Amino acid sequence: MSTAAVETARPIQVQNLAKRFGSLIALDGVSLELAPGECLGLLGPNGAGKSTLIRAVVGRVRPDSGSIRIFGAEASTRAARQALGWVPQELAIYPRLTCRENLLAFGKYQGLSGASLTEQAAWCLKWAALEDRANDPAGKLSGGMKRRLNMAAGIIHRPRLVLMDEPTVGVDPQSRNRIFEMIEALRADGMALLYTTHHMEEAERLCDRIAIVDHGKIIAEGTRDELVSNAFGTRTEVVAQFAGDPARIEEWVRQRGGKIVAGAAQFSIDRPTEITPLLAAATDQGLEVDDVSLRRPNLESVFLHLTGRELRD
Amino acid sequence: MIFAIVRTAITAMRRDRASLALSFVLPVAFFSIFAMVFGKSHDAIPQVHVIVVDEDHSAASRKLLRGLMREGSLVVSTRPDSKDSNQPEYTTSTAEAAVRTGKVPVALVIPAGWGAHPIAFQGDQASGSEIELLSDQSDPIAPQIVGGLLQKAAMTSMPSSMASEGGKYMQQYLGGLTPEQEKRWNSNLANLNDREARRDAEPLMPADAKQKSSSDSGAGFGNGFIQVKSRSLIGEHQNKNQISFYAAGMGVMFLLFTASGAAGSLLDEQDSGTLDRILSSHVTMTTLLAGKLTFNTLLAFTQLVVMFLWGWAVFHLDFFQHIPGFIVMGLCTAFAVASFGMLLASICRTRAQLGALSTLLIMIMSSVGGSMFPRFLMPEAVQKAGLFTINAWAIDGFTKVFWRDMPVRALGPQVGVLLATGLVLFLVARRIARRWEMA
Repeated sequence: MSTAAVETARPIQVQNLAKRFGSLIALDGVSLELAPGECLGLLGPNGAGKSTLIRAVVGRVRPDSGSIRIFGAEASTRAARQALGWVPQELAIYPRLTCRENLLAFGKYQGLSGASLTEQAAWCLKWAALEDRANDPAGKLSGGMKRRLNMAAGIIHRPRLVLMDEPTVGVDPQSRNRIFEMIEALRADGMALLYTTHHMEEAERLCDRIAIVDHGKIIAEGTRDELVSNAFGTRTEVVAQFAGDPARIEEWVRQRGGKIVAGAAQFSIDRPTEITPLLAAATDQGLEVDDVSLRRPNLESVFLHLTGRELRD
Repeated sequence: MIFAIVRTAITAMRRDRASLALSFVLPVAFFSIFAMVFGKSHDAIPQVHVIVVDEDHSAASRKLLRGLMREGSLVVSTRPDSKDSNQPEYTTSTAEAAVRTGKVPVALVIPAGWGAHPIAFQGDQASGSEIELLSDQSDPIAPQIVGGLLQKAAMTSMPSSMASEGGKYMQQYLGGLTPEQEKRWNSNLANLNDREARRDAEPLMPADAKQKSSSDSGAGFGNGFIQVKSRSLIGEHQNKNQISFYAAGMGVMFLLFTASGAAGSLLDEQDSGTLDRILSSHVTMTTLLAGKLTFNTLLAFTQLVVMFLWGWAVFHLDFFQHIPGFIVMGLCTAFAVASFGMLLASICRTRAQLGALSTLLIMIMSSVGGSMFPRFLMPEAVQKAGLFTINAWAIDGFTKVFWRDMPVRALGPQVGVLLATGLVLFLVARRIARRWEMA
């Protein structure tokens, strides 16, 4: 493939990707594309197949069928490896090496050398806000700092496409915000991102489009608004807490077309005015309303709607 | 609470079945190895190879030679290839060369004229000739065995000569015999001659049969009627010691441990996810393994340097006189042990498995290969088994360098075997490491 062709090709083109580990179907005909500079979120519960998809793209899992192209080049080729960076879910860094030594090592593995390697390491330390800890062993950093170093090691060669596999796992809210800022800085630089998470807030904040993954399949794809709209139209959710016999409450909620989620009754209504007759019906049944709120459906609602399960199941 | 802790520990141990199995196999294997090496040593005394140079070619020297050949504990050679009777016999100089190069630990030279006066009492200068015992002090036991068996062979294989010579001494020191005594003496000498002639006519028995018969015969012929002049060919003129043996033997054993431990970094990297990250970059599995192999080789070589320098500083090992040979042997040994470590790391799934398997194999290799005690003390079969270990070839090579002062070109067999072993082990490790390449 010519350089020009590579330049104009899409960062990722995945077609009908399938992978099975024994009897477990990890990927079941996954297809997706990513536009230049775009951030696509892979949203799904643990075990949905997100990490397997990412590992297939970086060449660490051999698909049973299907194809993967990175900027037009086949996955695992030198051109593909050069174009993409990977931030694995594990803290894949050398704990006894300092932050700078880690970055220099992974930079060399990515083919950097000399001044460009030094410059890139310095840039990564700054990007990850680890300049003042550059000479500290990675093993002595806080959890959030290790995560940031882990991310920096994945982009030391300034790839045009970055795959991030749940980069905020196990970090506190403050560190998570710092990580979000780092990712937004990459996006401002024009990097394309494939970002896996099971936190809908992360997907909503960072991603242009979201693909919902479950049981190895992409069951819905689009912008946040498109996903919500496709699942719920213009409908609104009513969330109500009732006091009384749980069995009786559940039976009544079902009769009215709602469902019990985390101990609260949820109903979908077309217009806010429908809330008054709903509450009146509850009172008629002798149910005491403790609390009621109105909210627009979110990605969690979409996932629940599509799979019948909560995202964190 | 204690029960819960015990149950958790048992469950965790059961999950790593290979490690669990090895923890039971390990003591059984060690027990078996040591039982094999030491337990059988009473039944199968290691045979000593000895060259006999007969410059006398007298009846007495031939009888002595046959007597030595009858000894089950000796493997006697009179020419380089004992099956080829047309080959010239050993001379003093070729026998010396054979001892110097470590082909045999001992050679006996029966000088011309020895048969005229085969026995002599201590301090008797008149008897003239002495049998020369040439030895290599790297095996301090072999000269003792040969010296003792030489006395025994003389007494059992040529009693008439002994008696005849004894009679002469008796006449010299005690005066003459009466006619009656002389008649009986001559009659008994004739009987002895007859018995010797009958036995000499019998064919020599094979080695294993010899061994059985010799175990019944008495010992204790060390106090010499035969005059023996010992000469150490190696270590005679230099202040040599056994330090190089220990440095090489212990060095190789610990190198093996270090190499397998260092190669275990692959398992650590697998656990941490670093291996995945490396392999997703431009680094291939072959490059990664080659890098680890290079590091482990340099680490092992550095260990050897430190050990030999310590030997030089503290135990007066003549290190700096043998630098070229040391570098060649050190690098080849380091390469072989590093490859061995890589193979173990690629086979094992966990650090626990690696620890158990490496301990098992290294202790077996070290005991059979001569790191723990000299191979010449082991039964023949175990000595041959030792040739399948890195230890044996490394120790042989270092012995050539430090003990025999042999030039680098003489290290060919050891260098060849160690390099070939290293290469084969590395290629097998690379093959097994395919499991890490892609799921």
